[in-house]
Amino acid sequence: MLFGVPLQALMGQLMLGIVNGSFYAVLSLGLAIIFGVLKIVNFAHGAFFMLGAFTAFLLAQHLGANYWFVLFLAPVFVALVGMLFEWLFLRRLYGLDPIYGLLLTFSLVLVLEGGFRVAFGSSGQPFSTPDMLTGTINLGFMVLPLYRAFVIVAALSSCLVTWYVIERTSLGASLRAATERPDLTQAFGINVPRLVTLTYGAGVGLAAFAGVLAAPIFHVNPSMGSSLVITIFAIVVIGGLGSIKGAIITGLGLGVVEGLTRLFYSEFSSTIVFLIMVLVLMLRPAGLFGREEG
Amino acid sequence: MRRWLLVLSTIGLAALLLVPFMPSLVYDIFVMKALCFVLFACAFNLLLGHTGILSFGHAAFFGTGAYVTGQLVKEYGVPTDLGILAGGLVAALLGAVIGALAIRRSGIYLAMITLAMSQLVYFFFLQAPFTGAEDGLQRIPRGVFLGIIDLRNDTALYYVVLAIIGAGLWVIWRTVNSPFGHVLRAIREHEPRAVSLGYPVARYKVMVFTISAGLSGIAGSLKAIIFQLAALSDVHWHTSGDVILMTLLGGMNTIFGPAVGAAIISTLGHYLDPFGGWVTVITGVVFMTCILVFRRGVLGQIEQRFQHRSEPSTSTEVHAEPDTSNSPNGA
Amino acid sequence: MPAKNAFTTIALSSAVLGIGGISSAVADDGYTDDVVRIGVLTDMSGIYSDLSGEAAVTAVEMAVEDFGGEVNGVPIEVIHGDHRNEADTGASRAREWYDSEGVDMINDLSNSGVALAVAAVADERERHAIVNSSSTVDLTNEYCSPYVTHYTYDAHSLAHGTGKSIVEDGGESWFFLTVDFAFGIGLEEQVSEVVRDAGGQVVGAARHPLDTSDFSSYALQAQASNAEIIGIASTGADAINAINALAEFGVTPDQQPAALLLWYDDIDSLGLETAQELLLTNAFYWDADEDTREFSERFYERTDRMPNMAHAGNYSSTMHYLKAIEEAGSDDSAAVSEAMREMKINDFFASDGYIRPNGRMVHDQYLWKVKSPDASEYDYDYLELVTTIPGEEAFQPLEESTCHLLDDE
Repeated sequence: MLFGVPLQALMGQLMLGIVNGSFYAVLSLGLAIIFGVLKIVNFAHGAFFMLGAFTAFLLAQHLGANYWFVLFLAPVFVALVGMLFEWLFLRRLYGLDPIYGLLLTFSLVLVLEGGFRVAFGSSGQPFSTPDMLTGTINLGFMVLPLYRAFVIVAALSSCLVTWYVIERTSLGASLRAATERPDLTQAFGINVPRLVTLTYGAGVGLAAFAGVLAAPIFHVNPSMGSSLVITIFAIVVIGGLGSIKGAIITGLGLGVVEGLTRLFYSEFSSTIVFLIMVLVLMLRPAGLFGREEG
Repeated sequence: MRRWLLVLSTIGLAALLLVPFMPSLVYDIFVMKALCFVLFACAFNLLLGHTGILSFGHAAFFGTGAYVTGQLVKEYGVPTDLGILAGGLVAALLGAVIGALAIRRSGIYLAMITLAMSQLVYFFFLQAPFTGAEDGLQRIPRGVFLGIIDLRNDTALYYVVLAIIGAGLWVIWRTVNSPFGHVLRAIREHEPRAVSLGYPVARYKVMVFTISAGLSGIAGSLKAIIFQLAALSDVHWHTSGDVILMTLLGGMNTIFGPAVGAAIISTLGHYLDPFGGWVTVITGVVFMTCILVFRRGVLGQIEQRFQHRSEPSTSTEVHAEPDTSNSPNGA
Repeated sequence: MPAKNAFTTIALSSAVLGIGGISSAVADDGYTDDVVRIGVLTDMSGIYSDLSGEAAVTAVEMAVEDFGGEVNGVPIEVIHGDHRNEADTGASRAREWYDSEGVDMINDLSNSGVALAVAAVADERERHAIVNSSSTVDLTNEYCSPYVTHYTYDAHSLAHGTGKSIVEDGGESWFFLTVDFAFGIGLEEQVSEVVRDAGGQVVGAARHPLDTSDFSSYALQAQASNAEIIGIASTGADAINAINALAEFGVTPDQQPAALLLWYDDIDSLGLETAQELLLTNAFYWDADEDTREFSERFYERTDRMPNMAHAGNYSSTMHYLKAIEEAGSDDSAAVSEAMREMKINDFFASDGYIRPNGRMVHDQYLWKVKSPDASEYDYDYLELVTTIPGEEAFQPLEESTCHLLDDE
């Protein structure tokens, strides 16, 4: 017994927190890399999450596509949509106050969510778990649905791959250089605008990937991402703006904290992230993993 | 040109005064709602446009004003005028507290602290038993203003609201054009210099936060009296987002640009009904277009046009604005 | 400069407001008594737009057409508006409709906050409002009015329908998954009372914030409670996510979920595979009998979807309102209100339904069980009837109502 809760139940809740944290990790990672390079708060992140889930739904239920194929194809499609948006509109706002980028992406949310509501209705559709992943695993302290275990593996692998690309490859090196000194990087013959477009695509692609992962367990509907974005952004700020590691670890951590809050003070569970953010910003202005500047 | 503007604004003011007499042309309750947002947006812009502080939690002040006034007038029988005053004062107090916390950081971090604090305020109002959660605090009596004006009469209410909003805008105008306002602009342009000149910058920031929050609270209080209800949507972060949008749409580098923005957004909300489900999409497209095309805001753009005509020498400065259409590749 | 600025603003603001004004002037030039105008105020663009929305407008239009398009020789007109789930937007639209567009009755009114705000306006302006798609019982208690009718269902009928029948059927221990909103908490409290009165017990509850997508934690809490019945006191996406999680974690079918407000559309979203065996109270099901099928098929032709109870209520209440006008021989609010409360309602939606002085329309409610995929024989064949709850049992007894209109008698 711990705080009046059986240890077994507590372990179960921790496990679920990690599942939920995996979603947060993928989403906040995408938001963090976009912010790092574009210096824009991508308010449409939740909408791209929804777009990913819907694309998967349309491909799988209407065209009968295989789940594994969808898991790959839907994020790529959404990434292309994102890149088109960046190329057509977002890049006109670079060099201005970042608030313009925030509002432009906010307007995109209205267009995407509103459009999907007109086209597919507000109540959403069922999406079945792939046959291979139905069933459960007995962990001793709890029975975990196989699909949730798969979510942890898939989400964390995608985080690792992203981290590896940014920290260990030459593409990542130019990206980091472009973040620090875009002018110099351009002078070295690297096409910075193209790099920026790719980054935006990758960021929203990650959001869409999380959306596809969420489709079988969270209800697929046009507003599924709308309340998500401020939580995700709080996670990125707590982790330290621009810190890849910070976004991933804080995402997982917040999933756990939220899970425990659901046990002890459930009503507060969607608000606790903001309390943590205030405390962190007061004590460590650059976030948990961010570098202090100046 | 000045004369032309004078004529137009006199017509405008006259139109606002005549609203209750033209019920078939424009609906007075709608104008009152728009006026509340006019005050809210202009108060918000004291921070964004004039001090360079982005608050992403202004709904907390707007909603607090509404709930405080509503509860005082409805449950404790406080006269409406005192209720509105109290709404403004409590919001100002909250503004001082949140401001004092938030200004210890800057830029996006400051914005996030205000967002976080407003979420906590939202949570408070969601949990507090008197707010009725999503049902809202309903049937707030309008009461009597200053002991003589019966606010149950829409026309009387209209002029009281118009007068209070006018007074609020006058306070903003005075603030911006006072020595205090000049210091705020100095902080916006170059904070370290303002510090080195010996100004107590932190105190100035908290003060402007307090004024802005107090006026936002009064806007919320008025809305509660007009509609006789206070609702969770008043404290929701969407409202914080809306006020930013209004301000940018109208022009954040002007004193009353946000008023134009507020009028445009309220009008959009009111007259797009025939489009049914498409309304969200249309609103989004309008916003996108405005952000991409009228970057200075509607009023900012018009002012620039006038400056451009009357003082051609400033044209180079105007074109110095970063714009990718003039990028080296394009030229 | 600043002064110029101020002038420009006033000029522009009023120009903008003025332009808006013109379009409303086109709609109507003031109240005229030679037309009966019905306004459908609903969520056209938001999260409830499937539950009522444009289909609600169609339902009202169908009623007007079936009535013949005119009453006592006076043409009937239907207009619609979007309240965006904001109480103030709803109230302002209602005022404008009553004051300057000559609207005689407002129908639908999804979202409790909006319904209460519009009811206040209706009471003040002495015009009719009929609430079909929100649940708060305040409408027929503290905030009742001679001009406000609460038609299809309310929190009391949901609680008593589902709660009582299940306890009598042997489901004695309950655990609640409740949305932390006035709606959810009110429903939880009412069902708890019913359960205790019927000899059952409530072993626990978890209150989750609105818009929670991950219910796994709550599923485990529900499982640990060992309750026989899991009462789901939320609606829409929250309820769907909760039911999904209960199935995913194997809580069901060992423990039986009971949805306290599940819409027909939600079953569509869940799919029968997950939803099967679910119990729910609904005032209407399209496939109940010959009459409901006749209406539903006509409705389906126009909207490409089956009607839910709100749509059916919209149709039935509009019909009843028009019949009352015919009976009263005028569209005077007080006379119509009296006629509405005197006449019985007999159609595909209700049999021997009647409206109490506090505005509550009393009619039978039904407890349904969701069919298994195998038992479903054709499209939209989702529910089977478990039991009928007589209106007198489902709705709050009149003597318990705190409505001030009852004091005068």
